[in-house]
Formats: sequence, structure tokens, C-alpha cells
Amino acid sequence: MAVKPVLTKDFATENLEQLKVYERTGGYTGFKKALEMQPDELVELVKKSGLRGRGGAGFPTGNKWSFLPKGVYPRYLVCNADESEPGCFKDRYLIEKSPHQVLEGILIASYAIGSNLAFIYIRGEYLPQHDALETALAEARQAGYIGKNVLGKGYDIDVILHRGAGAYICGEETALLTSLEGYRGEPRLKPPFPAIKGLYGKPTIMNNVETVCNLPHIVNNGADWFAAMGTPTGKGTRLWCMSGHVNRPGNYEMENGTPIRELIEEQGGGVWKNRKLKAFQPGGASMMVLLPEHLDVGLDFDAIQKAGSLAGAGAMVVMDETTCMVDAARRYVKFFSHESCGKCTPCREGTFWMANLFDRFEAGEAKPGDIDLLLDIGYSIDGRSFCPLGDASTWFPRSVIKFFRDEFQEHISEKGCPFRKSVQEAVA
Amino acid sequence: MPLANSTVEHIKDLAARYPSKQSAIIPALWAVQHEQGYVTKDAMAEIAGHLGLPSSLIEATASFYSMFLTKPEGRHDVVICVNAPCMLRGADEMAAYLQRALGVRDGQTTSDGAITWHSTIECLGACGGAPMMQVDHRFEENLTEERIDAIIERLRQPTTAAEAPAVAVGETPKRKSAAPKRARSVN
Repeated sequence: MAVKPVLTKDFATENLEQLKVYERTGGYTGFKKALEMQPDELVELVKKSGLRGRGGAGFPTGNKWSFLPKGVYPRYLVCNADESEPGCFKDRYLIEKSPHQVLEGILIASYAIGSNLAFIYIRGEYLPQHDALETALAEARQAGYIGKNVLGKGYDIDVILHRGAGAYICGEETALLTSLEGYRGEPRLKPPFPAIKGLYGKPTIMNNVETVCNLPHIVNNGADWFAAMGTPTGKGTRLWCMSGHVNRPGNYEMENGTPIRELIEEQGGGVWKNRKLKAFQPGGASMMVLLPEHLDVGLDFDAIQKAGSLAGAGAMVVMDETTCMVDAARRYVKFFSHESCGKCTPCREGTFWMANLFDRFEAGEAKPGDIDLLLDIGYSIDGRSFCPLGDASTWFPRSVIKFFRDEFQEHISEKGCPFRKSVQEAVA
Repeated sequence: MPLANSTVEHIKDLAARYPSKQSAIIPALWAVQHEQGYVTKDAMAEIAGHLGLPSSLIEATASFYSMFLTKPEGRHDVVICVNAPCMLRGADEMAAYLQRALGVRDGQTTSDGAITWHSTIECLGACGGAPMMQVDHRFEENLTEERIDAIIERLRQPTTAAEAPAVAVGETPKRKSAAPKRARSVN
């Protein structure tokens, strides 16, 4: 198991974003093949492949599709391109390099679930990527892949590209739907799940950009081909967005189950400046910190969960020995506080309170009881919030307190940050 | 300032495009910001009129999203990310340098009206190229002090024809994007 380009195999091809070039690499053959199949066969194919959603939760895609109530129409496919998790930049890469691969995946998913209208919800900050998708959509319409009676097969499909406007919470599926309906992006109660009652109250399937990008390859090569890659419960590959203190940050597509060590040390060229690895964080801002002793854990949903963290949306933030773990946690907590939608009290007040406490640690004003107070606030948010944003705001800071409690103590006893005395604080 | 006819037509097209006209609120706000540079209460009332929705609803939606501006800003928009992945690679130092170079504090506009800058804790999705900043919706990655100097110098150039919106608002029924006016810049 190692680097395994499947979604990214043609990314070195020049002008891949153009339809003609994409077709030359085999583009849209998956969609054509899918149109020859019955929608139910496609659902079974994807179920059999073992593909799990790449947005973070890792829910089996084919199973999600099969939750749609029979005979209820219209139904919608929504592609979640609201990538905003700190540490993640894979959807941006997939869209920039090959917008048609994203569209082809969306078309296959729409056909499989019997939807005639699909949406792409892209974050407002991704304007060049929005424009790349818009150009690709125009090309695909022109070529007859989108429209009425597609390729003469009697299937109608339209795709609406919808641009968000700066709200992390809209990556959460029910908040995304609320936002797409034109309201403030606040999450909704589940159940009913979107598959039963989603956009405009109709059955809706939401799939991540990377998830749909897998579909053309599964249709072209078969479920067995896909299931032969990865681990028993984590088939295929994933894009890992590596950042922080490595020599070669960037996106790497790795076969699931490959040891984390290979990603960081071989692909990333190891920790920069010949320093030692202190910690790393898979999954993105939400996820718990791991230590050098976890380097041999496989890049896989279940393996990472067993090690005490979560694979989330495929980030890998590397931290060297000079990193102030308190400050790293402070940034994330401030992020969640900023992005809390305000709907529920534990998240709205709790993240704000935690952020204030973290500022006290960095400013040298923390008191001895503040470490336990942070933990107490964390327990009071986790599991008591309306949506996962609140819960997830507590995971990284609590894991940092668990492994690096000494650093919090030092911030108290030294009345300030022992790591950053010489650096001018630039953050407001 | 009433909306241009072309923007009004665009908003009406949007309302017809979605299964629910309410879904056109955010795209309509983008269209207004594209034309006028920011979104006033009057403009929101106009959107409400064209969509046949109460203006309180437009305001409720607009105020939730951080990218809709309520007042005019500099010709160029510079945002520097200071979340953890960027912090690890020196974003604080870059933000401090930018602040010194521009001579105005976080959130302010330079006296020549050229640049409004602010730091953000909201990840912009360029952690692999950290430290980064967003200049009028384009990412500038792997920042150094020298690169910041060069970017600032470019942005301080007085407005030229090349800086006008790449697509005049409403010139074509389907415009390329709904970027704010000031985001259409030299690059």
C-alpha cells in the first residue's frame, strides 16, 4: 500500500479541465456506461464497491442512496463543495484540476438515485473554482451530457451551481440545505434525515466532491476492482491534504491503510528543518491530536478511530517540536467560536468561553483552575450541541490537554507562552 | 442607488431557475454586491420587491453570511489566514509584516483607498501553500516578506482600464461570476 493515483491519475495532463482533453483520458465513459444500466444496478454496484463518503463521517455511499423512499419524486442530488474544514484543501484541488470528473460523478449519482435536478454548493471563497465549474458545466451542456434526453437515453438532468457566502456551518448537511433554500445557514433536527425529507422537503442525497469523483472509476472498472484496494472496511484511496511542518506539503492520494509514516516521511519528505515530530492531527480542525507513537497507524477510517482520533475530511496537519500546542488549540477554538451559528446555547456560549480562556493562557493570565474549567466546558458542549460543530470544537483541545497538560501548566507558571516570547502577536 | 436594469433582470432569471424563488436570495445578493461593491438596506428592499418576499427575510439571510459587505471598502481586498495550519508556517509574522507595510490596523483601509486588509481565523483552503493570503479572491501562497512587498506595490497602482470589471455587469445575461466589483482586479 502506498501512493495510488486513481482520482488524480491524469492530473499531470495539460488542460485536463477542458472537456476534449478530459474525454481523451476516458472521461464521461463512466456516465455513458451508467446510462446503459438500470439505476438500481448502479446502487448495488456502489454498495458492493464498499465506497464510503469522503466528507468526514465515512457513511457507505450506496447504503445512503438506498434510504430514499420508493416512488417519492422529485428528489435531489446535492454535491457538497463547501470545503471549509481547517487543514482541508482536496475538493479545491479536485475541482481545479478536473472539474469534469466532479460533474461526471454528479451525473452518475443523479441518474442512480433518479434525480433530474442536481446542485453543487460551493463555498463563496472558492471563486476561481466556481468559475472553473461554470465553464465545465457550459461545455457539458453543449456536448449533451446535461439537458433533456441526455445522449438519447431519455434521461433529463440539470445542474445548478450555487455559491455560498462565507459560513463554515453550511458544510453540515442540514445547514447546507437550509442555506440552499435561502435562509440563514442553521442546522435542522435529524431525523428526518435528508434522504427522507431534505431540500424543499423532498428526498435528497448529499455527497462530497471526492465521493462523487470515485463514481466514474467504479462504473468503469467494477466494484471488485475498487474493493481490491484499501482495507476490509475502508476501500479505495483517499486524498490527504498535508500541511504544517513538513518539507513537501500538498495533496497526496494514498491507498487506504497505508501507514501514516509513509505519508509524512516519504511523501511529505519528513518534518522540516531537521526537527523532531511532536504531534500530528488527521481529519482537520475538529479531530483529536495523535503522537509519534501513532505513525504506524493506517490511513483508514477505522484504524485512525481505534488510535483515538478520526480521519474526518482527510487533513494531516504536522507539528514539530517547536509548536505551542496551547496556541494551536487556541486557533481552532477561536475558529469554532467564530463559526458557531448561534442556534444552540452550548455551542454559542461554550466555544466563546473556551476561546476567552485560551486567550488568557496565551496572555499569561490563566489561573490554576482554568485547565479543568476548559475540560468542564468541553464536556458540557460535547453531545449537548444541536449539530456536530459544537461537539467537534471540544475534541482537539481536550486531546491536547490529555497529552500536553504540562504545556498548559507552563503557560500558567511562566505567565505567558513559553514558545512565542520573541514573536510579536499579530492576531487580534 | 437603484439597481441597474441588468441586475434586476438577472435576479428575475434567478428566481425562475430554482424550484423555490427564495433560493435566489444569496445569488441575488451576490449580483448586487457585484454591481455596487456592497449591499445596502435599500438594495435588499429592492431584491425583496423583485422576489416577492419580505425584506426582513433578505436582511436575515444577508446578515448571517460573512462575505456580504454592508459598507464600501478599499479597491482591493486582502485577507490573511491565521488559523493553525497557517500559523505553523509563519502566518503571524506575515500578518505583522503586512500591517507594518500598509500602516493600518487589521480591518482598516489604507488612506489612498487602495487596500482593505484583515486577518481571518476562517480557513481559506490553501494550507498546503501556507502562509497564504487572498487577494481579490486569488490565492497568493508561500508568502515571504518580499512577495508581500511586490503584491502591495501592484495593488497600490491607481485604477486603470485593466482594473474595471472583466465582464461589465449585465452585458451578457449569464455572467461569469458574481464577484464584488472591487474583486475584479489586475492579476
